[in-house]
Amino acid sequence: MAALSDLNLRIEGTKCIGFLGPNGSGKTTTLKLFTDLIRPSKGQALINGFNVSASKKKALESVGALIETPEIYPSLTPREALTMIAEIRGVPRSERKRQVEEVTAEVRMEEWIDKRIGKFSKGMKQRICVASALLGNPNVILLDEPTAGLDPRGMSEVREIIKSLKGKDRLIFMSSHILSEVSDVCDEVAMVDHGRLIIYDTIPNVTAKFSGGNNVVEVGLQRPIQGEATVRAIAAFAEVTKVEKLDDYNLRIVFNGGLDAQGRLLGELVGLGIGVISYRAASSELEEVYLKLIKSTV
Amino acid sequence: MIKMASTIPSVKNAVPTSMTQIGITAKYALLDYVRSRRFFIMLGITALISVLLTVLVGYYSPRSFLSSELSFYNSWWGNWVTYVIILSGIFFGGDAITGEFQNKTGYFSVPNPIKRSSIYIGKWLAAFIASFVILGFFTLVTVGNGLYYFGGVPYEFVLSLLFSIIYLAAVLGFTFFFSSLFKSSSISILVTAILFLFAFTLIQQLVASLVQIEPWFILTYGAQIIGNVLTVPYPDNIVTINFPGGFSFTSYNATILSGLAIMGGYFAITAILGLVLFERKEFN
Repeated sequence: MAALSDLNLRIEGTKCIGFLGPNGSGKTTTLKLFTDLIRPSKGQALINGFNVSASKKKALESVGALIETPEIYPSLTPREALTMIAEIRGVPRSERKRQVEEVTAEVRMEEWIDKRIGKFSKGMKQRICVASALLGNPNVILLDEPTAGLDPRGMSEVREIIKSLKGKDRLIFMSSHILSEVSDVCDEVAMVDHGRLIIYDTIPNVTAKFSGGNNVVEVGLQRPIQGEATVRAIAAFAEVTKVEKLDDYNLRIVFNGGLDAQGRLLGELVGLGIGVISYRAASSELEEVYLKLIKSTV
Repeated sequence: MIKMASTIPSVKNAVPTSMTQIGITAKYALLDYVRSRRFFIMLGITALISVLLTVLVGYYSPRSFLSSELSFYNSWWGNWVTYVIILSGIFFGGDAITGEFQNKTGYFSVPNPIKRSSIYIGKWLAAFIASFVILGFFTLVTVGNGLYYFGGVPYEFVLSLLFSIIYLAAVLGFTFFFSSLFKSSSISILVTAILFLFAFTLIQQLVASLVQIEPWFILTYGAQIIGNVLTVPYPDNIVTINFPGGFSFTSYNATILSGLAIMGGYFAITAILGLVLFERKEFN
């Protein structure tokens, strides 16, 4: 069975694209095709007009990539491993040391720059691999679940790095299972399932087309909900489409609109004086779209 | 078709030539080798062989070693250097390519503007240099003892050293080929070790004694020239011993030319096959 089938995707510009799909849908396969880790049995992967299989050096000369969770020669230090990649990528000798130290600092590993990688944890290695993808200031960056294996702080730092790269006019193509991460970091989204592209558009367009603009929040209350009056009062708010009582202390509210509407709704709930003690997004519009378009996981 | 293009001008890093990238890969792979535990284990094994031989010859003064300068080098170098080479080949080449897949080090190096062939050749060179350091150490100990007992180094030993280097290249070509062939590092190392330490010698004996044909297709047969060149006169290509009752026993000795051809052939064929396999293998 083909891992990818008739996947036609053309990505241009300087933006961040989230690549979504269930396990086995072909996300990593796509990224491996772009980086010569696997070869297509049919069709081709082109970067900046160059076929990755036929002209790999040209195609990847301005590409930084992190695919899965690579291992690095264990006896090397981050400085040596990153210098090796910088040399391979043709970073000028005069800039090599500065760039290696800069990217190491960017992933908060400067303390470990001269220690052997063999003793590093998975998360530390992942940070070094993220750093290697930034060497040589590539204008295309391919990231396969870049926050996998990182602790919450590491995840947050990597997201900040990706956001900062967006500010530097890069084309970032990032696969992820974390929908909130994609919503937070990316401008556009491509979804694949069973090796086929289901949708590729900007996040606002995708959510407008498929989600009906609905978001869901779960609200925790200090006092038990008194009768149906509270539910009716909330349902009367302009952005609210549905209110569901989960139990005496918790409500689930479906509403239209984005973050602004979510903020307004919180103000209105507090204004009701019902004792709101927690307020959190239960699902996002993107999650709703994802669940609607991707029916099952492999 | 999947296309990707950034609209800002490409960053103009001048990607080095493939030759330069081979050198870069070799430099860092060698750094990894010489700092690794296996390098020191291999050095320890070679040191142990050297110390045992030094003590044995110094204490017992065996005639097979000390009867003449050539017999000394033949007994010391000719008998042991092939083991040093085979073990080096297994230690440094056995999992050199499988490791790129199984340990995922390939995921760090392959997604860069570098041809897979540059990675393969660079790693081969690193393994060759690391093995050469081990071989150099054994050579120094051999020559040191030779100088102590006989005060000189015969030119036959220099020839034998050259043949050993060619054999090392062939062994590494072979181990890299097996390393490209298998998915698991341990299977690759095990199969290579069995082949070199037992199977090749066994097949060679069976082919020569039972089928009575020259085993020109066995690498270890070609490597006989390493020891044979230290024998004067050089052994005949075919030696037949007739026993009473019509029985005869035939043994074969590779000529220098055929030995070089066998080792060169093994190197060329396995290097090309290994490279083709690595080029085609997928990182799944």
